[in-house]
Parts: sequence; C-alpha cells; structure tokens
Amino acid sequence: MSSGHDADIQSHIKIYMIVFASLAVLTIVTVAASYLNLTSGESIFLALVIASVKGSLVACFFMHLISEKAFITWILMLTAGFFFILMFIPMASFIDQAQIR
Amino acid sequence: MEIPYTVDERPDTGIYNAKLGIWLFLASEVMLFGGLFSAYVFLRLGAPVGAFHEWGQELNVPLATLNTLILISSSMTMVMSWVSLKMNDFKKFKLYMALTLLCALCFLVIKYLEYSAKIHHHIYPSTNTFYAIYFTLTGLHGLHIIGGMVVLFYLWVPGSNMWNTKPEQFTNRIEIVGLYWHFVDLVWIFLFPILYLL
Repeated sequence: MSSGHDADIQSHIKIYMIVFASLAVLTIVTVAASYLNLTSGESIFLALVIASVKGSLVACFFMHLISEKAFITWILMLTAGFFFILMFIPMASFIDQAQIR
Repeated sequence: MEIPYTVDERPDTGIYNAKLGIWLFLASEVMLFGGLFSAYVFLRLGAPVGAFHEWGQELNVPLATLNTLILISSSMTMVMSWVSLKMNDFKKFKLYMALTLLCALCFLVIKYLEYSAKIHHHIYPSTNTFYAIYFTLTGLHGLHIIGGMVVLFYLWVPGSNMWNTKPEQFTNRIEIVGLYWHFVDLVWIFLFPILYLL
C-alpha cells in the first residue's frame, strides 16, 4: 500500500471522527432545544433544521454523497422531488378543508 | 457465469452495478418512509391542537436519546469496518463489524424496553393516532434494523470468506450494506425529534 493511499485514508478517518462528534453534539442540542420556551412552530422548525443538518452530514460523509457520481445525485434529486410531493399532499388536504369550513 | 460490473464501473453509469442497485433501493425506501412521514403530518394536523405533543409526553426521551447516540455510533463503526478493508486490515474489519452488531442489538434491547413499558401502561397503537403512527414508524424502522443485522451477521461470519478469494468485491459488499445501514440511521435522525421531542 502506498503512503499516499495511507495518508488519504487517514484524512478520511479524521473526517469521519469529526462527523461522528458533530452528530453526537447535535443530538444533545436537539434534546436541549426541546426544553427551550419556544412556540410549537418554532420548536418544529428548529428540530427539523437540526435533523436536516445531521441527515446531511450522514448522507454527505458516511454515505459519500459529497464525492458520488452525478448519476446517483440525479436519482436522489428525483426521489426528493417525489418525497416533497408526498409531504405536500396532507398540507394541501388541510388547506382545502380549512377553506371549506 | 461471471456477474458483470461487481468491481469495475459500468461505462454508462460510472458506478458498479451493486451501488446503483442499492441507491435505487434506498430511493424506494425514501418513498416508503416518506408515505408514513406524510401520514404523520396528516394525523398531526387532524388531531386537536397540542394533542400530539401531549400524547407524546409518555415517551422516554433519555432512552431514545441514548438509542440515537448508539445508532450514530453504529454508523461510525460501520464506516470504519469498510475503511479497515480499504487498509487491508481484516482483523479490524471483524472488530468494527462486531461493534456495529453490538450497537444494533443494544438499540433493539432499548426499543424492547420502551415497548414493554408502553404495553405495561396499556398504551397500544389503538390508544390514539399518535401511538398508531409511533408504533408503525418505530416498528418498521426496527424491522429495518433486524434486516440489516441479518445481512451484517452474514458478512461478518460466513460471507467474510470472500475476502480471501475476491477482496475487492467483498469490500464493495461492505460499502453497500454500509449505505443501507447509514440510511437506517438517517431515518432515525428524523424519527427521534418528530416522535419524542415535538
């Protein structure tokens, strides 16, 4: 094994360690934030923002999406589009019901 | 017959076939959990104001926090098992795989304790809409953990013989199961706040 390859892997391990520590800290921050005196909307927003940051860390570094081929990125973007449509359906239904009332 | 593109990248996709396969599978998993997340939003909006938060007060936040930390740790050990193979260190690979399985087992034991406490307090999926979606989401996630453990165990013990004959293909297999495992972790990262904290 070349020393360059070795150094490359060591730098990857360092990144994984940082990501792991960040995820652990953000988990504690999520729990701590739930004890803050926030409105329901603010709590939901904050919790989802932290979860999204944590999710992005896992996807980008543990799942290597940051350096993955464009083909995979396109598949995931398409999936994300359908996912948001799925999320929008209950919202649309709720808005529709509110208008009927 | 030799299966093509298990190690080499396909010229048109730029990746080996198993990686494309797992990403397509994960895309379908996003839609599966997406449907249930959508149901969660629907039920939450349909419940009386503040009811979901109130019903969720029965859940054990410290245990769920511990479970989150355990699952994050398992993601770390999973990626380290793959790195170990990249460094040709089979012994370390075995160790990290064992740690990943141990974390998964701890997660399930804690989940069992949580479920037992709920059932002991006569809380079932039929109790209210919150517990209906709580048991559905965490139950499905738990099944994913069990499924992942079966594959991890296979690759840890009997399947690891492939390292001696086709080391590159075996390393790719570990990367693939790792992608699945990180996805299961990612789902929990969202389940934890929406079920336990909000």
